[in-house]
Amino acid sequence: MDFGRISRRHLLQGSAALSLGAAVGVRPAFAAETTIGFIYVGSRDDYGYNQAHAQGAAALKKIPGLKVVEEEKVPETDAVEKTIESMINLDSATLLFPTSFGYYNPHMIKMATKYPKLRFEHCGGLWTDKDPKNAGSYFGYIDEAQYISGIVAGYTSKSGKLGFVAAKPIPQVLRNINAFTLGARLANPKATTQVIFTGDWSMPVKEAEATNSLIDQGIDVLTCHVDGPKTMVENAARRGAMVCGYHCNQSALAPKAYLTGAEWNWEALYPKFVKMIAAGQEIPNFYRGGLKEEIVKVSPYGEAVSAEARKHADDIKAKLTAGNYVIFKGPITDNKGKTVIAAGTERGQQDPELEKMDYLVEGVIGATS
Amino acid sequence: MADGSIGLWTVPLAVFGGAIRVSTPFLFVSLGECITERSGRINLGLEGTLVMGAMSAYGISYLSGSPWLGVLAAGVTGALLGALHAGICSLPRVNDIAVGIALMLFGTGLAFYLGKPLIEPTAPRLPAIDFGWWSDIPQVRAALRINVMFLIGVALAPILYWAFRTTRWGLLIRTAGESSDAARAMGHSVLLIRLRATMVGGFLAGIGGSFLSLFYPGSWNEGLSSGQGITAVALVIFARWDPMLCLWASLAFGGAAALGPALQSVGVTSGYHLFNAAPYILTLAIMIITCSPKRTLTGAPAELSITR
Repeated sequence: MDFGRISRRHLLQGSAALSLGAAVGVRPAFAAETTIGFIYVGSRDDYGYNQAHAQGAAALKKIPGLKVVEEEKVPETDAVEKTIESMINLDSATLLFPTSFGYYNPHMIKMATKYPKLRFEHCGGLWTDKDPKNAGSYFGYIDEAQYISGIVAGYTSKSGKLGFVAAKPIPQVLRNINAFTLGARLANPKATTQVIFTGDWSMPVKEAEATNSLIDQGIDVLTCHVDGPKTMVENAARRGAMVCGYHCNQSALAPKAYLTGAEWNWEALYPKFVKMIAAGQEIPNFYRGGLKEEIVKVSPYGEAVSAEARKHADDIKAKLTAGNYVIFKGPITDNKGKTVIAAGTERGQQDPELEKMDYLVEGVIGATS
Repeated sequence: MADGSIGLWTVPLAVFGGAIRVSTPFLFVSLGECITERSGRINLGLEGTLVMGAMSAYGISYLSGSPWLGVLAAGVTGALLGALHAGICSLPRVNDIAVGIALMLFGTGLAFYLGKPLIEPTAPRLPAIDFGWWSDIPQVRAALRINVMFLIGVALAPILYWAFRTTRWGLLIRTAGESSDAARAMGHSVLLIRLRATMVGGFLAGIGGSFLSLFYPGSWNEGLSSGQGITAVALVIFARWDPMLCLWASLAFGGAAALGPALQSVGVTSGYHLFNAAPYILTLAIMIITCSPKRTLTGAPAELSITR
């Protein structure tokens, strides 16, 4: 048995319990104390992906009768199975959130099969009928928020050249790049997005180099899809470029340069899940949503955003929130000239075709391989 | 050009700028390791020292408001880790490579643990000197915003080169590295020489770390080093334990690291994984070209446990 892991977990657990101190005094709303386990692939305060989840976990800690245990930096290997086992057996967790993409298959599926009475909720996976019924996958259509960022970026950019620092050319990332570009071209039909892939989720030096190279190309608004946007945001702001954030709000890092950003809204979703369980309802195994379902949100606009941009962005945001706007609406051609969505075809957010995206739309400078 | 872009010129400029921006940690770690290895000991723990240096520099800069105090703190932390390495290696039958690996894990682990509350705050950074005042091209100006630590590192290389050849302590370090018996016969404590050399090496590596967190990329996070410390240790071997070659090798590595992103930014998008691997391909190529089955590596200190 790995004792090092357990003691570290107990430490985290202890600090979680401390912050719960106030809540424990209050009469619990839940019949018995429920323990919820959160597992992060990186550090909880990375200004990015993991911090967004940790903010969701923090929202749960405020609910009386709930106990939250967390473990950070769990690799996407069988290490996550050990973490899940110890959360179940030592902390009696009954609801688990393994939040990283690579945890899903086979690790979480294996654990869900082994513990059929417990509930597992995974972020980003694709739940299918073959997977256990006590497992679920949820994700947000954050490309909607990226679309809004794109509109703001398109209005703000003087050169019409936008930059995107991306980790890997996987469908979720490509979808964000494409939505950002389509949004920008609403504002400025000639806008282009130059994309640089760094090759991995957290490569600070490469991200800084990519940011500098993009700005050297005359790009004046940047955004990114990497785990921790801090490096890109800080380095771009130092060079006088504007930025759109990602994952969570980075405006504190560059108050003048921060235009807006695509954020997760897990602090709204997780309490919703818990309430569904408390009310005896089933959480749908395949749970998706965007602005309308309050799974994603858009950062408040920065001071550099013009009134025109605000108006246009707010208008589209209202339509997306109402659920009557389609981003991926044909005709859309990729950046090699091939038609990828035919004229008259509307690919709504739930369309599984979008989860298989392997192209970059017209206006993106870059390639997927 | 009218739209502010400089087209294909971005690539050489980015490689040049990258050589300056990215090379500094390589330079400090490799010069430090050069001193340590010349005294006859390998300190593989410099990756840990680099990360500890980055973390402590950021922390001290944040708490005190003075980035230079942070640099000093990074150096002192590095020297202490160096002393720890040398202290353990002074015990009989201790393998310096094994201790180095242990200290590498210890240094990174400790830095991650202590650095937890430092990920969010923003610490004051080191200032840059504007050497691009003569140019009105913003890209050139940006590439020439040079930190004074880079200049110190560049100056340090010839100073070390000179010191190894002509000064008394340079001779002592080399003697300890080439033949500990000779040093002992001269009445010097080999362990003491190596302790000092390892501490100085750690000091420089710690300072290299402070550059990472306080100048470029310029903030503390756990992926900050991504193996640069260990790359720099390997760099000493192919620089043949020569401080001047360490300088050129560091610059080449810095430039190579900038190549991948720069090529993508001008539209060369195929095979970016290959370009991102450029520094490692460079290492392999140089190793293959310079190795020989007939002799040990030229310039290798004879007391070094890998050559003995």
